[in-house]
Amino acid sequence: MAKEVLVFAEQRGGALRKVSFEMVTTGRKLADSMGGECCAVVVGDSVSGLAADLGKYGADKVFVVEDAKLKDYVPDLYAQAVAEVAKDAKVLIGGASAMGKDLLPRVAARLDTAMASDCVKMDMEGDSLMSFRPVFAGKAFVTIKVNGTPQVAAGRPKVFPAEENAKAGAVEKVSVSLGDAKAVLKELKQEAGDRVDLTEADIIVSGGRGMKGPDEYKILEELADALGSNATVGASRAAVDAGWRPHSDQVGQTGKTVSPSLYIACGISGAIQHLAGMGSSKYIVAVNKDADAPIFSKADFGIVEDLFKFVPELTGEVKKLLAE
Amino acid sequence: MNSAVIMKQVPDSEALIKLAPDGTGYVKEGVKFVMNPYDEFGVEEALKIKESAGSGEVTIISLGSERAVEAIRTGLAMGADKGVLLNAGEGYACALGVANALAEELKAGDYKIIFCGKQAIDDDMAQIGPMVAELMDIPCVTVVTAVEISGDKAVCTREIEGGKEIVEVALPAVIACQKGLNEPRYASLPGIMKAKKKPMEQKDISLGDAKAQIVKWEAPPERPPGRTIEGDDPAAKAAALVKALREEAKVI
Amino acid sequence: MYFELTEEQRMIYDMTKRFSEEELKPKAEEVDREHKYPAESVAKMAELGLMGMVFPEQYGGGGMDYVSYAIAIEEISRHCASTGVVMSAHTSLCAAPIYYFGTEEQKKKFLTPLAQGQKIGCFGMTEAGAGTDSAGTRTTAKLDGDNYIVNGTKNFITNGNEADIAVVMVRTGEHKHKGLSMIIVEKGTPGFSVGKLEDKLGILGSSTVELVFEEVKVPKDNLLGSEGEGFKIGMHTLDGGRIGIASQALGIAKGSLEESVEFGKTREQFGQPVINFQALQWMIADMATRLDAARLLTWRAAKLKDKGDVRYSKEAAMAKLFASETAMWAATKAIQIHGGYGYTKDYPVERYFRDAKITEIYEGTSEVQRLVIAQSLIKG
Repeated sequence: MAKEVLVFAEQRGGALRKVSFEMVTTGRKLADSMGGECCAVVVGDSVSGLAADLGKYGADKVFVVEDAKLKDYVPDLYAQAVAEVAKDAKVLIGGASAMGKDLLPRVAARLDTAMASDCVKMDMEGDSLMSFRPVFAGKAFVTIKVNGTPQVAAGRPKVFPAEENAKAGAVEKVSVSLGDAKAVLKELKQEAGDRVDLTEADIIVSGGRGMKGPDEYKILEELADALGSNATVGASRAAVDAGWRPHSDQVGQTGKTVSPSLYIACGISGAIQHLAGMGSSKYIVAVNKDADAPIFSKADFGIVEDLFKFVPELTGEVKKLLAE
Repeated sequence: MNSAVIMKQVPDSEALIKLAPDGTGYVKEGVKFVMNPYDEFGVEEALKIKESAGSGEVTIISLGSERAVEAIRTGLAMGADKGVLLNAGEGYACALGVANALAEELKAGDYKIIFCGKQAIDDDMAQIGPMVAELMDIPCVTVVTAVEISGDKAVCTREIEGGKEIVEVALPAVIACQKGLNEPRYASLPGIMKAKKKPMEQKDISLGDAKAQIVKWEAPPERPPGRTIEGDDPAAKAAALVKALREEAKVI
Repeated sequence: MYFELTEEQRMIYDMTKRFSEEELKPKAEEVDREHKYPAESVAKMAELGLMGMVFPEQYGGGGMDYVSYAIAIEEISRHCASTGVVMSAHTSLCAAPIYYFGTEEQKKKFLTPLAQGQKIGCFGMTEAGAGTDSAGTRTTAKLDGDNYIVNGTKNFITNGNEADIAVVMVRTGEHKHKGLSMIIVEKGTPGFSVGKLEDKLGILGSSTVELVFEEVKVPKDNLLGSEGEGFKIGMHTLDGGRIGIASQALGIAKGSLEESVEFGKTREQFGQPVINFQALQWMIADMATRLDAARLLTWRAAKLKDKGDVRYSKEAAMAKLFASETAMWAATKAIQIHGGYGYTKDYPVERYFRDAKITEIYEGTSEVQRLVIAQSLIKG
């Protein structure tokens, strides 16, 4: 028995992204329920050093495909590489990140198998991977079964826990003869922003129509600063459409899907399209002076209050607490 | 330069989705169906490219049921030249099967650019673009917010976490469109009148066994009920919330 | 009633609904508050072919039927009744008489730019002494060589401030009705100016003005039809205009209903959404029923007009009468459903209430409509 579960470990710029650890932990659990191996595959140029961390989170083996052509992410070449390693795995999982969502469908098509994307739960039922995922922007959920080799699934980032569970992490280099790249990465533009990206943040302080204007977001930024380096500021569609915040800040069906541990919604009414974007947050706090706002039905903690009075007080209390 | 747009007809984003009582799907009766909003960006971009080149045809290809003809027609009303419906009936959930059928149809045409939406808003799977490209052995760029065509190449801006990638691909290629790529035009009234006369082909196809199957549909899991934080004034409420976040939720 | 429509009509409905929500809804409050003519929106409507829907393509129009026209005006008026009347007055009151009664040259010269929305039109019939008594017209046009010299004042003219082209009712003879003629006057003609801008209760984005004619020389080729046909052309024009206004009223009524249901679902009293209370359920049921009835009357009139040589004055009058009274009633109920909030500017229903009232007055008061219907019944 070998390679029951293969986890695609995403690296960017030579560093593993958080979602890779979440997926290795998940892969470990899936492999254990089958009584089999959990392996990882990492692709790039000089990436063998990353294997140790993958072993820490539960990988028995780490397949490494190294090539100068793989230094930057190139979908078709990465697909060739991963498919070569995955073709005899029972299950292939990876994060439903920008890279994962771009790469894994190519791998699946290459191996003539199917895939379930953006899953929030994955379990084995015997030899079958059952993936649980939202549809209609979260208005309903489906369980998907794949009949193929491997069964492919992509897990939504920040939903699955990353738990250390040290295993061998033995490196096995795989040589894949790659064709010519079909895409060339010309430039990587990092967003000018000193805050963590919305999709990576642990805490999001978000503002909606109730903010009344762009300048008022200052109080949300101050709260995010007080909450630490893993906190950032988001916005509802109303605020983005009004031109107060950039589209890259938008949380919701037509914006970003986020899964922070804590989502603080200020002056956001809670339209279904917004909930679609943050519904899988662990804890939701709603601050709104309208007691009837729909968001209160989804919030774990509701504060019916004028946000302009409340948020600065909250910032003060947070600073006090974290200074202890 | 001829382009194609892979289009899916989906329930309107405002539609109330009711699950069928036997758990096998959702109730389609009374639901308004529209062109997938992300696909509209593809139609608009294809039309813009055709307009600036002064030539070329835009073909809309949709895999769906007979009902999808309406959605194709709205694309024709926007200005596309031809429509093709691959009639596969209802209720097929496997992206691989769909991608295979689409790839076969696309291979038969001579399309330099193939647009699709980054995902369909019914199943939110986001697989068709990359799968079709792999099956056609051509590049695909996903989550694209800008496209520039020069000769035989396309330079695309792609959204990733915390930034953007600028990617160059040789044509033909698949481009999966993200919101912000453009502002889809309204179908003008002359466009609506002309749409009926534009060529619309219908092909009955059968998709074979689905490798991905939906075994259950359910309502969203209930969140445990929350509570209102009480207090005499904003300061008191803030203190109470911070206590709850630290001691109960343990998130700060 | 959606299923009754052709595919094109459904697409027109989808497109105008979306345009109204995305383009007009965000601006409607400002249009009302600032009394701002919606120039940008009208320009976009022109580009989409909405300013000449019912005229043949050879004159720059869309070649569409009147049901499509009714659908479009209803959707536009759903979010902005001001924009709805701009479109209706321009199309049905100015462009239409030129289409039905103009010569080929007049159609090419005047109808085409109107149908393409490059020029805006208005209809100068009403005067201080000639409202319901439209034959009381005292603006004169005296033939002098190759021109008519026009003197007089028109008032309450919709689009008058923006119009490039005006179709004006003038007195060319002494006989009360048979002494009236219709003539086309272009903006910029010396002596032709805009006078008082009315400060109204509602439809504040639509200009309602005085048109002043002082020794205005109008080429005699601008006469529509022959001398003495003015009253006939006027009545013919109002019949068509009534379909437009009925549709505007439908839009206001629909807005009233939709806002009421939405508000009722979110506003809670006594621990539940107020829409659960029977009193409000009866109100929205009545609003919806009357709205559908009004729409059926309007589309009936539209279908009759599409037939061509069929009299539809009674049906158009019924549609305008019933739709306008429904709009006023529904908007009043909408404020009631919203309670105190409905009385504030935070919600749109007070604007719908102010916008609705005029639909019972212009293009023939409800009293006139009742006379038209009764006369038709009596004459058999």
